[in-house]
Amino acid sequence: MLIAIFSDIHGNREAFEACLDDAARLRADRTVLLGDYVGYGADPAWVVERVRGLVAAGAVALAGNHDRALDRGDEAMNPMAQAAIAWTRMRLEASHRAFLASLPLTAEDGERLYVHATAAAPESWDYVTGAAAAERSMRCTPARITLCGHTHVPALYHMAPDKPAVPFRPVTGIGIPLLKQRRWLGVVGAVGQPRDGDPAAAYALFQAETATLTTMRVPYDVETAARKILAAGLPARLAARLHEGR
Amino acid sequence: MAARLKAGDEVGGFRLGHNLHRGGMAMLWSVTHPDHDPLPMIMKVPIVEYGEGPGAIVGFEVEQMILPRLCGPHVPRFVASADFTDQAFIVMERLDGSSLLPVIDEAPLAPERVATIGAEVATALHDLHRQHVLHLDLKPSNVMRRASGEAVLIDFGLSRHDQLPDLLAEEFHLPLGTAPYIAPEQVLGDRTDPRSDLFALGVMLYLFATGSRPFGNPGGRQLKRRLWRDPHPPRRLNPAVPPWLQEVILACLEAEPGNRPATAAQVALALRHPEQVPLTERAERVRRAGLRTVAGRWFKAIGREPTTAPAVARHLASAPIIMAAVDLAPDQAELADALRLIVRRILAIEPGARLACVNVLRTARLAVEFGEDEQGRSLHVRRLVELKHWARPLGLTDERVTYAVLESPDPADALLTYARQAHVDHIAVGARAASAVRRFLGSTSSRIVAEAPCNVTVVRARAPGEAPWNEPPAEPQAAARAG
Repeated sequence: MLIAIFSDIHGNREAFEACLDDAARLRADRTVLLGDYVGYGADPAWVVERVRGLVAAGAVALAGNHDRALDRGDEAMNPMAQAAIAWTRMRLEASHRAFLASLPLTAEDGERLYVHATAAAPESWDYVTGAAAAERSMRCTPARITLCGHTHVPALYHMAPDKPAVPFRPVTGIGIPLLKQRRWLGVVGAVGQPRDGDPAAAYALFQAETATLTTMRVPYDVETAARKILAAGLPARLAARLHEGR
Repeated sequence: MAARLKAGDEVGGFRLGHNLHRGGMAMLWSVTHPDHDPLPMIMKVPIVEYGEGPGAIVGFEVEQMILPRLCGPHVPRFVASADFTDQAFIVMERLDGSSLLPVIDEAPLAPERVATIGAEVATALHDLHRQHVLHLDLKPSNVMRRASGEAVLIDFGLSRHDQLPDLLAEEFHLPLGTAPYIAPEQVLGDRTDPRSDLFALGVMLYLFATGSRPFGNPGGRQLKRRLWRDPHPPRRLNPAVPPWLQEVILACLEAEPGNRPATAAQVALALRHPEQVPLTERAERVRRAGLRTVAGRWFKAIGREPTTAPAVARHLASAPIIMAAVDLAPDQAELADALRLIVRRILAIEPGARLACVNVLRTARLAVEFGEDEQGRSLHVRRLVELKHWARPLGLTDERVTYAVLESPDPADALLTYARQAHVDHIAVGARAASAVRRFLGSTSSRIVAEAPCNVTVVRARAPGEAPWNEPPAEPQAAARAG
């Protein structure tokens, strides 16, 4: 069973479509969405409708901090993200917001735990940006494999029994067997706003039988996505950073 | 559980035959399986005993992760594996014969035999490095040989794949390797440099050539001595070691990875063509460095931190071997000039590249003794002189260029064989102008394009009436400056 995992789509229709097409071409059987469907990008309504359709067809979808901020606000967010959320609120129908509000923070699937930010405290929205944070998350769940997003930078951490977690930077397209004798935490990169210097959209494939995780990168129409952000009157920086992948 | 296994047991569908070996970390069993007949196979079962550290488990995990990704004649073929859920094992092809371990008892060996073994092991190493893997525990007991002659590297328990997580990176604070063979940077905990394997190869060659180990078999803190104390030159221990072999061995044993040969392919090339090894001060060295030098190195070494070496693939790509197949026929002078221009451009882009200039002396099919008589020898020498003359305008230093005149009735076949054996990364070959005969028989260049194991650039001289080639005048070191 091949599972396609998408995180941090952030209203970027062009990037999401390119990733969905890529996963379909590779015959992924299942879809997991790790949250942050809105914020930053110019097509939040389209993305939410697409996610709703995927969930109706059996996909697992979680909530991210941007999705939750629609209803509750989030003082921890930077002003640019706040502005994007305020703009997004006006673009979504009540049914979109009800759908997003209904999404859970975590989901378990066999030996895997899905969560947007960290298993240590899902609603703290703390970032797993290093081995210490990865270890905290891994020690807070019995699941052998944790898959999360939120940082917009693909990463992988592994931890042997009674040892500290060790970071690894996955190589695009190279499958990594998540060996049984240790625990693993995979950070899936962002579909809609990559921040590791590569503007191509990121997602991950997980082959369940062999427990193999592969980081994927998909080039997409950045120009159109950026142009729409400017046309919508969103902060210009949100368009520029798509070109840079920062 | 491993200790309770016995002959006749079935493990993961494999039937256990003989218990071939029981070491500290693993047991080896011969096994059979109806689906894998008639491949001879062994099963490696890690020994994890109560109270033991995680060494056996991690080494097993590393091998379980890396072996399935490897292919080719220089590694055992992977068949199956299972994790610790039930009984952990790896099944792989069984290689007959023994490792290079018994060869140590025969040392010192004749220099030619040292070179032959060394070239075979270097070839296997280069193949491994091309597959993104550093062995990091190369030693005679980890090298087997196929009946067909290829060296086969075994035991990847300490290896590193540069596209996969290094499960050993932060597991241990001790240097990982085997004391006599471990490279200085590995002693410092750096597991990222493919030239660490060349250091271990140098230790093996030293041992085979002299009968003794360059750094003995030290323990604990003594391991660090190799960072500042160089070994006795091999010729001091065995005067029968020729200067070229001492040159290659001491180059591999340099404490700084950057001072060793850039790739295993270059070591193999040197060992296969001793007459073309450029000799430096190392070749004639008669004693170890003096105390002042050693003290200076020691001072430098105590402050040394492991450096971040480039990834294996990038490292290999930065030191390619370019082969120029040079047509020296008098009526092909323009083509030879055009070829030199292209080679100059390739070398300018790749400052780490080495150039192999190759010409084929076409022999009659049945003239077995060609080259034995005086006329044949003089023709061979003349071609070599012409080949060097062709390359002179490139202004390359001796370390960057080698020359070979091949004798064969079939030029394309000879060039392709050379390209394979020398691990050539890029062939530049001229195509003569079209003719009826060539259309009928097929040209050398088109066969090379079709069959080469690497990149090929086909060069043509412009037809008369077109603009001539404007090659700049000879500039010594032009390529080096361009880099």
